Amino acid sequence: MPKGELIANRDYYGKTLVEIGAKNSKVVVLDADLSCSTKTCMFCAKYPERFFNLGVAEQDMIGVAAGLATTGKIVFASTFAVFGSGRAWDQVRVSVAYPRLNVKIVVTHGGITTGEDGVTHQALEDLAIMRVIPNMTVIVPADAYETAQVIRALEKAHGPAYVRLNRSTTPTIYDNDQYDFQIGKAIKMREGRDLTIIACGIMVNASLQAAEILAKEGISVRVINMHTLKPLDKEVIIQAAQETGAIVTVEEHSILGGLGGSVAEVLVENCLVPMVRVGTRDMFAESGKPHELLEKYGMTPVDIAATARLVLERKKNG
Amino acid sequence: MSDKLTKDKLDLLKEKARALRRHIIEMIGRASSGHPGGSLSAVEILTALYFHVMHHDPSKPHLPERDRFILSKGHAAPVLYGALAEAGYFSTSYLKTLRQIGSSLQGHPDMLSLPGIEMSTGSLGQGLSVGVGMALGLRLDKIGAHVFVLIGDGESQEGQIWEAAMAAAHYKLEKLVCILDQNKLQIDGHVENIKGIEPIVDKWKAFRWNVIGKINGHDLKAVIGALETAKTHKGSPTIIIADTTKGKGVSFMEGNKDFHGKAPNKEEIQQALQELM
Repeated sequence: MPKGELIANRDYYGKTLVEIGAKNSKVVVLDADLSCSTKTCMFCAKYPERFFNLGVAEQDMIGVAAGLATTGKIVFASTFAVFGSGRAWDQVRVSVAYPRLNVKIVVTHGGITTGEDGVTHQALEDLAIMRVIPNMTVIVPADAYETAQVIRALEKAHGPAYVRLNRSTTPTIYDNDQYDFQIGKAIKMREGRDLTIIACGIMVNASLQAAEILAKEGISVRVINMHTLKPLDKEVIIQAAQETGAIVTVEEHSILGGLGGSVAEVLVENCLVPMVRVGTRDMFAESGKPHELLEKYGMTPVDIAATARLVLERKKNG
Repeated sequence: MSDKLTKDKLDLLKEKARALRRHIIEMIGRASSGHPGGSLSAVEILTALYFHVMHHDPSKPHLPERDRFILSKGHAAPVLYGALAEAGYFSTSYLKTLRQIGSSLQGHPDMLSLPGIEMSTGSLGQGLSVGVGMALGLRLDKIGAHVFVLIGDGESQEGQIWEAAMAAAHYKLEKLVCILDQNKLQIDGHVENIKGIEPIVDKWKAFRWNVIGKINGHDLKAVIGALETAKTHKGSPTIIIADTTKGKGVSFMEGNKDFHGKAPNKEEIQQALQELM
């Protein structure tokens, strides 16, 4: 399939679970009554004996995942992002992260593009509250292919992880799922001199489009796919700051505590350059179609390009 | 283990129970911090498990076939540490490091710091879900081991306990045995005055569990009998409702909510140890 193909990353989650489940009998999958939405139903259809539905009980699901992990299982537990992070936060902290158990919390319906369901179902704080927990790995794949790569990598990587996927179909930015992917190693998607956009998830694609807009104006923009928020690839951030002198972060998440917060922490301590965060402000969103929400809350390629010009201005004024 | 309960064995177990109580007082006393009340109420339950009922080998703490014990009411860590030390997982002399900086004997159990601790606990309500997961994992591996989970009555106010109760019954986890240490007190007072959990037997029955009890949770014979019966039960998980006394064995701690999370002072330690001679 070519780049730009519309695929829901959760579909590739389901497919890849089946793929790794076929080779590895230790893979066990849990869900909390959302298996048709999270796509764990694909694993359930193939390996029902290794699939457990815990019903509408996310806290219990995380505890059960921890217990299974103590018996050597590689546990994937899925629900929506708001529930997998917020509803079960203390269970994730105490029963999974503290004892460093092999539980992968893979959630769908992250971010504002969850759309019509509105505030209760739009996770805009999950990355912040997950990344502050010690021992956690936090990953936001940029497209369906990267999702497949992430799930394969997590099968091999022992320990707790949180992976945030989406509801909507989104354009692919890779040609296939065979490129070199490593947890914690950011990917330079586009080279540039004047400014760097650091993005994660579906905003990587929007950032690439923003870079195109800016290129037409003679502005050379580097775009980085920061798929892993934790452990964060600090070197890539510091290098970008040193070489381009201006940073824009873009995430489908509150500007508080997520990717923008992570990058700001690195810049403040290492290489202070002008920086602006694109994401939702400190507020709840609302119901609407995904593209309407992205427009209203200032997260389109046009918005990102406008923010980039602002940062460039500040860079120029030194 | 799980041999016949002879009079000699029973005497030995009573001796172990007394040793655990002394450890609890000494540990918490030295640390000047900890939870004596809920540790003392669970002494016979842990004595029965670690020295008679459970199949476990301190020299092979990771043996896949071992029975598991989860202390869901993690604040009773001293009774668990005492039992593990007496069983031979580590030296009893190490008990004096409870709650000290750098010690493996954390205020609440940390499974990564000590062999024999099956799960990190302390945030109430989480252990039974973990027990469900362990029982599912063992069943997948066709290992016949049992999973024992100790919960408290105050802890039973946590919603997650009942989520786990539903899951265990749904998946017919007959190898899962929960023990309720019903000592009837929580930090703020009497459980039935704070937010009552009765009728607790009916509740667990309604959740489709095999319910044993109420039994006298300080009668070793009764506790062992209940645990052995639970192990043979088929088709559903079992809960043993153990009627206990908070602070059991130390006169001024018995039924005294103030000793939920308060250490005894010097004089109180002396008196308690004298009573436990």
